[in-house]
Amino acid sequence: MTTSFAAAVLSSSVVSGTSLLYATLGELVGERAGIVNLGLEGVMLIGASIGFAVCSTTGDPYFGVAAAAFGGMGAALLFGYIVIGRRANQLASGLTLLFFGFGVSALIGRPFIGASITGLPRLALPGVGAFDLLVWLAVPTAVLLWWLLFRTRWGLALRAVGEDPAAAFAAGRRPDVIQYQALAVGGLLGGIGGAHLALALALSWDEGLTAGRGFIAIALVIFARWNPLWAILGALVFGGAESLQLQLQARGAAVSPFLMSMIPYLLTLLVLVFWGLNRRSAAPAALGRNYFGVE
Amino acid sequence: MTVATPLLEAHGVVKRFGALLANDVAAFAVQAGEVVALVGENGAGKSTLCKILYGYYRPDAGEFRVAGQPVTITSPREARRHGIGMVFQNFSLIPALTVWENIALYLEDLPWLIGPAELRRRMRRLADRLRLAVDPSLPVGRLAVGDRQKVEILKQLLAGARVLILDEPTKVLAPQETEGLFRTIAELRDEGYGLIFITHKLREVMACADRIAVMRQGRIVGTMHRKEATEAKLLELMFGESSVAVSRPRSAPRETPGDLVLQLDSITTAPDAGAVTLRDVSLTLRSGEILGVAGVSGNGQRELAELSLGLRWPIRGVKRLWGEDATLWSVARIREAGVASIPDDPTGLALIPGLTVRENLALGSGRRYHTAVDFDWRRLAADMEESRSRLHFPPLSLDTRAAVLSGGNQQRLVLTRELAHDPKLIVALYPTRGLDAHSTEAVHVALDGARAADAAVLLFSEDLDELFAACDRLIVLREGRIAETFSPQSFTAETIGPWMVGAADAA
Amino acid sequence: MPHDLAIAWRRPASMIAGRRLSRALVIALVALAVFALLLLADGKDPLRAYRDTLIYVFGNTYGFSELLVRMAPLLLTSVAVALPSRLGLINVGGEGQLYMGAWLATAGALGFSDLPAWQLLPLMTAMGFAGGALWALLPGILRAAKVVNETISTLLLNYVAPLIVSFFIFGPWRSAESSAYPQSPAFVAAARLPSLDGTRIHLGLLYGIVCLALYGLALSRTRWGLEVRAIGGNPEASLRLGIPVRTYMIAAMAVAGGIAGMAGMAEVSAIQGRLVGELSPGYGYVGFLVSWLAGGSALGILLMAFLFAVVSSIGDILQITQGVPYAVVNVLMAVILFIVLGQRKPMGAR
Repeated sequence: MTTSFAAAVLSSSVVSGTSLLYATLGELVGERAGIVNLGLEGVMLIGASIGFAVCSTTGDPYFGVAAAAFGGMGAALLFGYIVIGRRANQLASGLTLLFFGFGVSALIGRPFIGASITGLPRLALPGVGAFDLLVWLAVPTAVLLWWLLFRTRWGLALRAVGEDPAAAFAAGRRPDVIQYQALAVGGLLGGIGGAHLALALALSWDEGLTAGRGFIAIALVIFARWNPLWAILGALVFGGAESLQLQLQARGAAVSPFLMSMIPYLLTLLVLVFWGLNRRSAAPAALGRNYFGVE
Repeated sequence: MTVATPLLEAHGVVKRFGALLANDVAAFAVQAGEVVALVGENGAGKSTLCKILYGYYRPDAGEFRVAGQPVTITSPREARRHGIGMVFQNFSLIPALTVWENIALYLEDLPWLIGPAELRRRMRRLADRLRLAVDPSLPVGRLAVGDRQKVEILKQLLAGARVLILDEPTKVLAPQETEGLFRTIAELRDEGYGLIFITHKLREVMACADRIAVMRQGRIVGTMHRKEATEAKLLELMFGESSVAVSRPRSAPRETPGDLVLQLDSITTAPDAGAVTLRDVSLTLRSGEILGVAGVSGNGQRELAELSLGLRWPIRGVKRLWGEDATLWSVARIREAGVASIPDDPTGLALIPGLTVRENLALGSGRRYHTAVDFDWRRLAADMEESRSRLHFPPLSLDTRAAVLSGGNQQRLVLTRELAHDPKLIVALYPTRGLDAHSTEAVHVALDGARAADAAVLLFSEDLDELFAACDRLIVLREGRIAETFSPQSFTAETIGPWMVGAADAA
Repeated sequence: MPHDLAIAWRRPASMIAGRRLSRALVIALVALAVFALLLLADGKDPLRAYRDTLIYVFGNTYGFSELLVRMAPLLLTSVAVALPSRLGLINVGGEGQLYMGAWLATAGALGFSDLPAWQLLPLMTAMGFAGGALWALLPGILRAAKVVNETISTLLLNYVAPLIVSFFIFGPWRSAESSAYPQSPAFVAAARLPSLDGTRIHLGLLYGIVCLALYGLALSRTRWGLEVRAIGGNPEASLRLGIPVRTYMIAAMAVAGGIAGMAGMAEVSAIQGRLVGELSPGYGYVGFLVSWLAGGSALGILLMAFLFAVVSSIGDILQITQGVPYAVVNVLMAVILFIVLGQRKPMGAR
């Protein structure tokens, strides 16, 4: 394997993994607060479609990213109202959000199918490479999130809610408020993840652009043991699998792209089995539960 | 001599849960630099009183004063603001978070940005006093139970508690950790804290307390200083006048010993977080006898019942049913062999709440009523009707959902089903818990009837009167072992009471 | 002081059904209204769309037959969710199970193409069942052994199955005919499920109705159904009653997967006539939502599948007559669901 091949793979892994990382981080924050959002894919799609639409209309990709972030946050808060405010089942609500995202994004993106944009400009750092702003900010975001979760009062309260909402309540915190905040952050990041896909990778819009990345991100959260720093590695690995496949294909290698595409999912399943067998659950103890308050 | 203002006082505290009068306490107080032991049997109301003091429950009536000032306590957070802290048996720690994180969660005045260094500084002095030598960056889940308790205490103290309530703190500790706890209590007392120590173990009371308040049936029936206290006096207050004539089973005991029904030979179960490990338990049970298992709950009763029913398997030892090695039999096989189960929580453990009475009856009857694809509902109804009338229970509509039945009727339903086919072994785990008097009586009559029909009964109970009235023999379980066996001659509160409360430990 | 005797009351079944129906209608109306607002915001004419749909679906035999065509796979994938849900299991793997059923059925069609239809079709049906069942078996075992939650494992496998199908139609099963999209060779006539003359209604609809009926009857009239409901109602008590909970879990997942696999078989055999890459516009996920809305009841599934088929027709009409992307119909579905989820008690709960 030549260095140029390795460099190409690494470089495209980074670009490919960036949207995954943002989405993973968003889901991670929500899950740390005890809420699993299966509709992350929907959030990303909403972000992607809004981002593309705004960028296409205004010509400003950064504006597109901002709009995508807010769109994602809105979708996540709607989901939050259902699962926190109405205490609905998180899985069913997440899937509903998934469909909602498919539909809304299709509606938003319809006029823009076939449109092309220049997308996010690449900013060069000499000696390292030329990537767009979101790529540069990806790792710092992960670090920032780590710091927020593990070094601030807010993060401590959030983690307490995800472990034991009753205990957090006994300590004087408000689990529902904290969960809303977590979902808002999650939606923001998910929307950004979707925007990156549309504005840096695909540079076009089509229905279902995210192609399951939202689900990969959910698996990545588990893979990363709910730790933002490990999520960086995970996103790189999963992004790498994808780009490796693309690069191999470009060089005419006779590896079936389908088999290669399967690897991330099978790998995740394998990891989950391994963890399940070893009973090493790093999951927040109250993940997925609805909190009903202290009697 | 002037009487110092108590750190905490309570007057006229009344608390009812439905029809149950949990507390009716005229006066209770704690001084600074004093340890008050609150003793009594299970269900005496000690925990309830303290939960009220900590704001966990709202009383129906009561006045409270902190350092002479009247206060109302509406939540644990407010209680902490008034300087009242409580350490529960199952600590309110979050296992996945580290020591300092758990503490930080409770401190109201921390800055937005928290660093371990700042907390370490605050913790250090107190931690040294408490001899808490753990790394504060360890997750609490990894600490030994004794250390976890120290963290919990530290947490309350750092949150500003001047009065510290400890609810049965030694229940979860190993013997050597208990000494450490007593030392801590003594030191805190010397520093001027007021401590309330809930327990039912008299040995601890004598070791720690300055003053002792005895509760029975929701009231404080006596207080004394430690110097005046003796075990005998305390036992008398706790259990009341022991009745000379203890009611005995209605049916006569067998003249000759019956056949062996259940035999446990040196049974040991696997250690399991969240369950008590049974150690070297051996017992025999013959037909036509009722063996009572006494002891404060949480000492292995549930695990022993589950083992007998096939829900738990031992790692050592043999379980025999009618002489056959039944150690690895499935639940279904054991039930089929004629073993019945009457647990304490009918809708949790014996009935499916969403299904009808008829359906619940069918599910517990094994293969008896199976047709090709369905059940023989008619034969089932007939058999169950016969069982019901034999037990003299009032009729129940078969189409009612089990969930809407009263607790007593749920247990009657369970009895109807379990006793319908003349089981030869009945495992009754606190069968009358939470039931009204009438239903309790019905359970007793049913079990006695089964005994008369030559069944063997394993009856777990915390109610000594119930055990005395029903059983032919008694064993006491403590920490997964059989502590002692008793025959009817020694069925008195004086003999057995101490074993229940650990006052008569033979190391 | 409450009377000690139990109060024996029962709601007549008709009253419960009536309540459910009226509630369903209210929800449908509200959802249609919200959707209409959305369309208006997009500059489309919702009333025209609804009217066109009604005419197409109810005023037109072909339109109505298309409704039934849409319902067929939904009935199957809904049962595939409903059955495990009665045990408390969440199977969102209908998509993957459908694809694997289609894949294995295709193997049968291609490998045994010289058999007569009366032998080939049952064989393909069985293989379709087997494909889906095996795909759901692994998540079932992992769940019964408490290793991996079935929700996430079935979800992950949903993405692997279409890739397996794609691998085969790009590779070993690639059709020699040139076409825009890779696909398998066309099935022989004997491998095609028969359809009703002039329509696309195929035997798969019968599969759906039969499975639904069997599901409903089995659950309410057999002893296995009772044990399943017991496990769903109280797994702890079920264990104590001697019910083999883990066996039921695995069996339910396998059967459910098999039923979804049959939907896949019907898609390739009746509709497509070959194995293609895009088999399902989300039947598995919609099946999850149908089952959820119906509370797992057989009659409810029939009703809800019909509702979704109508919704799906709205989507088609919108696409044809007003140029709105079909995917928008997902919004309508989501709105319906959000409303249902937003109520304190789901529809099926008593």
